Amino acid sequence: MELTRHWRLHNQRYSLVGEQCDRCGARLFPPRDVCPECAEPAQELFTFSGRGQVYSYSTVYSAPEGYQEYAPYSVALVQLEEGPMVTAQLTDLGDDKPEIGMPVEMVTRRLRADGDQGVIVYGYKFRKHVKDII
Amino acid sequence: MSYGMDTSNSRPLDVSIIGIGQTQVAEHWSVSLRHLALKAIQAALADAGVKKVGALYVGNMTAGTLSHQQHLGAMLADFAGLRGVEAVTIEAAEASGGAAVRQAVLAVQSGVVDLAMAVGVEKVTDMVGSSATMAQTNSMDADYESVHGITAAALGALLMRRYMHEHGVGLADFAGFSVNAHANAEGNPFAMYRRAISVDTYLQAPLVADPVNLFDSAPAGDGAAAVIVCRTERARDMVPHPVRVAASALATDAPAVHDRRDPLYLAAANLAAGRAYMAAGIGPDQLNLLELHDSFTVMVALQLEAAGFAPRGGGWILAGNGDIARQGRIPISTHGGLKARGDAGGATGVYQLVEVVQQLRGTAGRCQVPDPHWGMALNLGGAGGTAVAHVLERLV
Ligand SMILES: [Zn+2]
Repeated sequence: MELTRHWRLHNQRYSLVGEQCDRCGARLFPPRDVCPECAEPAQELFTFSGRGQVYSYSTVYSAPEGYQEYAPYSVALVQLEEGPMVTAQLTDLGDDKPEIGMPVEMVTRRLRADGDQGVIVYGYKFRKHVKDII
Repeated sequence: MSYGMDTSNSRPLDVSIIGIGQTQVAEHWSVSLRHLALKAIQAALADAGVKKVGALYVGNMTAGTLSHQQHLGAMLADFAGLRGVEAVTIEAAEASGGAAVRQAVLAVQSGVVDLAMAVGVEKVTDMVGSSATMAQTNSMDADYESVHGITAAALGALLMRRYMHEHGVGLADFAGFSVNAHANAEGNPFAMYRRAISVDTYLQAPLVADPVNLFDSAPAGDGAAAVIVCRTERARDMVPHPVRVAASALATDAPAVHDRRDPLYLAAANLAAGRAYMAAGIGPDQLNLLELHDSFTVMVALQLEAAGFAPRGGGWILAGNGDIARQGRIPISTHGGLKARGDAGGATGVYQLVEVVQQLRGTAGRCQVPDPHWGMALNLGGAGGTAVAHVLERLV
């Protein structure tokens, strides 16, 4: 079991909490404490909106240990509207086929079940974003 | 360009390869990790005509996960009759082999060691199915990539689909990379799959992770390969055809693809190749062959672009214009590459160098490129988080 490893990341997994660089203003997800753009400290917390668009996508048929019960599933690189890109699954697609450029929003879902020990890992996935009704 | 290199204190390398050894890449069900490595080590010692080396560097990626075995330096030195020698594992995911060779080169260049060996070994069939699939994700970011159930094939697929989208190319445009690798493997007795395939076979292959199909991705196999290096001056007295290591370079990028400014640009491969060209005093046009890390067909296109053989977005054109064939401008995967020789994980970088040495000695048999003088090996870890480039030169 890897309880602490997953617990430690709950702000990232449930709320997309990243960081912002004090110097150049770059928004960073995942948080990394040192800005990759200017190598200065970047420790100010920044919570991402969870909205973005699909940069690329694929389907996993032959899944790694712990994910087989979900296969086949869609995976994607999602470009967040604030800049960074994240790797995540696409969910709630129904009959829709993913597309490059498709607008998506973050939702919280079960990522994996750690076998019989029952440690379930939750985290972000992305679903198609339907335009806000005004 | 500086390629991020501190050249203020660099001297030309004075190191040559005097011995090579390899096993076939295959599903070696009856052979253990240590026996596999032993075969390659003994073959390299015999080839160099020596009994011992002063240091042994092991390149391996998954033994800790798949064979429950780490501490391979001491284990393999002991098992190969080299007990007492300096021995350690060098780990850089699938670039472990190339990185281990670089350590052997640096050990000899430093003057601390007269003879150094690098052995790459990977034993992937100790576990099968989803456990093996999981081990192949060890090179990724565990907290932000693998936890989402992504596989090596899916990562290749994300890059391939985006590449097709940005550059307006189709699946058929990648076929030539796979067809070339399989045609070349026919002549390599150490290859995993020694049969040519047609474009139709490629186009009709089952999907692994759309758009990546079975013939876009390299098959994983067990294998071991070894090289022995010493000072060039001594090498000339020891063996008839020493091959000089004209350059050795290693560079890194963000290991997670989503952390790169442009996922379709292999920055580490560009840096490593660029530094290697500078150190060797040549450019890409002078290379007579290139063994690159063809784990997926899209990775071939991206490496050809990063290493100066095509402009951005133009790497795919070499799949179909004859350039990469044995008689072409820049032959690649001359012994089958990862695609058909087989993907032996962390041993890959050593296989590549063994193959380049065979070419430069003129002993590559049916795989032989006509009269080569310069060859390069480009070995990647993960999706390019590490890149190791070695330029080799024929001496006599
Ligand atoms: Zn910054």
